[in-house]
Amino acid sequence: MSLGSQLLQYLFTGITLGTIYGMVALGFNIIYSSTGIINLAQGEFVMLGGMMMIYLTTIIKLPMVVGFFLSILIVALMGALFERGAIHPLKNPSVITLIIITIAASILFKGGAMFAWGKETFALPAFSGEEPVRVLGATILPQTLWILGIMAATVVFLIFFFGFTLTGKAMRACAANRTAASLVGINVKTMVLLSFALSAAIGATAGIIIAPIALMDYNRGTMLAVKGFSVAVLGGLGSNVGAVVAGFIIGIMESLGAGFISSGYKDAIALVVLLLVLFIKPGGLLGSKEKGEFKKF
Amino acid sequence: MKKKGKIVIGVVVAVVIVLLLVGPLSVWNWVPTLKKPLVTYKVGALLSVTGPAAWLGTPERNTVRMIEEEINEAGGINGHPLEVIVEDTVGDATKTVTAAKKLISKDEVLAIVGPSRSGTTMAVIPIVEEAEIPLISCAAAEAIVVPVKRWVFKTPQKDSDAAIRIYEYMKEQGISKIAIITGTTGFGDQGRGQLKKFASEFDITIVVDETYGPEDTDMTAQLTKIKASEAEALVNWSIVAGQVIVAKNMRQLAMEIPLFQSHGFGNVKYAQTAGEAGEGIIFPCGRLLAVDTLAEDHPQKEVLTRYKEEYEAKYNEDVSTFGGHAWDALYLVIEALEEVGPDRGKIRDYIENKKGFVGTGGVFNFSPEDHNGLDKYAFEMLAVKDGKFVVAE
Amino acid sequence: MKKKNLIVLVILAGVTMAIPLGLGNSYYLNVLVFVGIHSLITIGLSLLMGYAGQISLGQAAFFGLGAYTSGILSTKFGVSPWLALLAAIFVTGGIAFLIGAPALKLKGHYLAMATLAFGYIVYIIFNQASSFTGGPSGFGQIPRFRLGNFLFKTDVHYYYLVWILVIVALLISLNITHSRVGRALRSIHAGELTANVMGVNTAKYKIQIFVLSAVYASVAGSLYAHFITFLNPSPFGFHFSIVLVTMVVVGGVASVWGAMIGAALLTILPEYLRAFQDYDILIYGSILLLIMVFLPKGLFVGIFDLVKKRKNRQ
Repeated sequence: MSLGSQLLQYLFTGITLGTIYGMVALGFNIIYSSTGIINLAQGEFVMLGGMMMIYLTTIIKLPMVVGFFLSILIVALMGALFERGAIHPLKNPSVITLIIITIAASILFKGGAMFAWGKETFALPAFSGEEPVRVLGATILPQTLWILGIMAATVVFLIFFFGFTLTGKAMRACAANRTAASLVGINVKTMVLLSFALSAAIGATAGIIIAPIALMDYNRGTMLAVKGFSVAVLGGLGSNVGAVVAGFIIGIMESLGAGFISSGYKDAIALVVLLLVLFIKPGGLLGSKEKGEFKKF
Repeated sequence: MKKKGKIVIGVVVAVVIVLLLVGPLSVWNWVPTLKKPLVTYKVGALLSVTGPAAWLGTPERNTVRMIEEEINEAGGINGHPLEVIVEDTVGDATKTVTAAKKLISKDEVLAIVGPSRSGTTMAVIPIVEEAEIPLISCAAAEAIVVPVKRWVFKTPQKDSDAAIRIYEYMKEQGISKIAIITGTTGFGDQGRGQLKKFASEFDITIVVDETYGPEDTDMTAQLTKIKASEAEALVNWSIVAGQVIVAKNMRQLAMEIPLFQSHGFGNVKYAQTAGEAGEGIIFPCGRLLAVDTLAEDHPQKEVLTRYKEEYEAKYNEDVSTFGGHAWDALYLVIEALEEVGPDRGKIRDYIENKKGFVGTGGVFNFSPEDHNGLDKYAFEMLAVKDGKFVVAE
Repeated sequence: MKKKNLIVLVILAGVTMAIPLGLGNSYYLNVLVFVGIHSLITIGLSLLMGYAGQISLGQAAFFGLGAYTSGILSTKFGVSPWLALLAAIFVTGGIAFLIGAPALKLKGHYLAMATLAFGYIVYIIFNQASSFTGGPSGFGQIPRFRLGNFLFKTDVHYYYLVWILVIVALLISLNITHSRVGRALRSIHAGELTANVMGVNTAKYKIQIFVLSAVYASVAGSLYAHFITFLNPSPFGFHFSIVLVTMVVVGGVASVWGAMIGAALLTILPEYLRAFQDYDILIYGSILLLIMVFLPKGLFVGIFDLVKKRKNRQ
């Protein structure tokens, strides 16, 4: 393998990883924007999406397309249920209380998945074959192209949703100023509910599209949440473009780090970069400083 | 009304919490009258039933439960019922230590089966040595029994023997330059150590030495490096997901060199999960997974067939070598109990001098110098063919 | 220190010192040793979170740094465990200072992320620097504490050692919270800008308390290392950092007593749930969820509030 094609291969790997991280980070952003919560159960939505899809298509044997949308729908409902059951009843909770509630929820989701599907690792067949595509001596899986495409579609959808629909605009208003939003007649609580459902749906989508590459098991959520959170912070909390860009940065850092420096320290390399960015630019790459602050713990 | 309800619920929650706090430390234990006479033989099991090594602890737990049931249905051990107390270690050292102390001082078990993982085994060794209680570990690392610890045994084949068998096979194939990739878990790390230790003995050069985290989902970066090297074969030493992902990533990169795995690949489900990418994987393994190909007069044939059939009938899933390690460990203890009765010291002595114990992992010959009792021939080199395990040529 | 706190402290000291007399069983004492070790960390963390209003998702790393420094020095360099514990305090405190100086300029979730990243990097180093740390396999045969000819060997010995240190830590912490420093810290929590305007050097106090919390965690780590006598990286990862924060919040973030209650609850609860086998994870999660939904200020404050409300009505 020539150095050039090696480099290209590292880039492909980084992009694959980065897209996955970026998708998880998008989910973080949506809930963060409307509530100020870091939802540590976000990784579980990803896991649930992947597991649900595997269950629906390989065990119940539904067609892929039906399984895809049904899984997303079911996980979105779970997200909504979680909001109604555990977030909605609280009056003026502190942010830290809410974060711990998301931790408790993640334990429950994980436990539930363990009982529902067992502890083994499962694979999902790739959407369109596993024959790698060769590009200049490097290879890329068709599934990676699917992942890229679906992320692009998700970003476009989010831009359209937040920019051009009434509901989306209302959600943005809640993020900007809750009191003002409720004064102009926006039902803030409904928007919070929507944000959980939407974020769960995006998480589930991520879980479904990565399952053919990364496989899936009940214990996968935490790590995905950590990566997604890192990416969301690096990009600047609340910034969707930031999440995508930061995803690629972290993914490519990791794969170049593994390729050229040390595979053992690859995650550390990416995290050191993250720390340096934060120390220089405390609001993340594309975030505003104020947005990242919350008042009370 | 609503407020009142909330208060009531709050008080209930508070009461429950107080009860929970007091529960395990409860006064019941200070009342001596409830102690039963020692008719039941209690054996402890420290298994990672949940957590990152749940795939290991679950078949082990299933196996000991199955044996417990069988023994008791057949009238127990010399008439004494057998009780196996399974504690979940979550694969975590701190939790394992606490669980071990519970088994030893609260349940007063006669022997302990497990822990499932090498790291957790190392963590409880000082405790069982001090408490003088026999422990039969189900973990792979050679370090568990080398140097010999008085009260510690293990049933899985040694990782050093796995490395030696892989190298012997490579020599036959004329492979001399290899790459290794290992997971950063206790298992992977110990395997990496053994691979590096024995390489020179077989004139094998390790040209690339890579690692990955236990939760990593993409190893193409490491594999790209290996592809660009002059390695003629790759050894992957890790657990679950990593083993499948490496195979899949190799296929993506169109790597032609043979892939060797460790004995951690001992569940046919992994080969099936890997699909086409799993074809041709070669790994050292106990004979359990190739029992169909064994000659009728092979000493292990009967035990292996029995275990496989019983397990698969009861749990409706494929048998794995991991459950087999617990089978061997628990039956060793049961046999000792049968012969010498409920005495920790005598159980230890019995196991230490046991010769010709036919288990799923091989025929064990224990001695004061060898607390594993298996040699490298307990391993067979298996290969994946059409999603099944066959003996490698 | 307030009189009420002093009384509670004396009672607590009396009770904890008497417990082993009634509880000969080493399993229960072993659990209580861990309650003590976890309390040490959460007391420090509650000073940081409850009083200074800063979050740390990397506290397990300080715990690990204490454990590894202590373990490595005493095992590989023959340093006495006591000296190793002291050295670990300086190493961990120093590292906390270095990371705290830039990190504490960050706010909210960004600070959380920075501490998480730091914790993760430390965890990776434990795994990778195998010539020192033994890598993922870890290392054992760490010597136990010794006083003259007296060897700290049994759970009872460690129980007393750990709980005496917990009470010392409580004493120090209660003194801090009711001193000038404590008032300054609370002013940071209430509003950093206001505090600054009033002439409180918030940056200095924040770093001091961050280092102090790291030192507590380090001492806890040393105790852990010389108690278990075996170290591998798994107990010092992100997961445990989260558990620690959860302990503090469940107990009640605004008080060191709450931190202790949280540590006790979340250490003892899983032991209690052993009886439920695999279902333990679901019950554990549900209890956590219920506490946070019904007592969002944590057990300590929450229960007091409930009692107060009751009284007011009558």
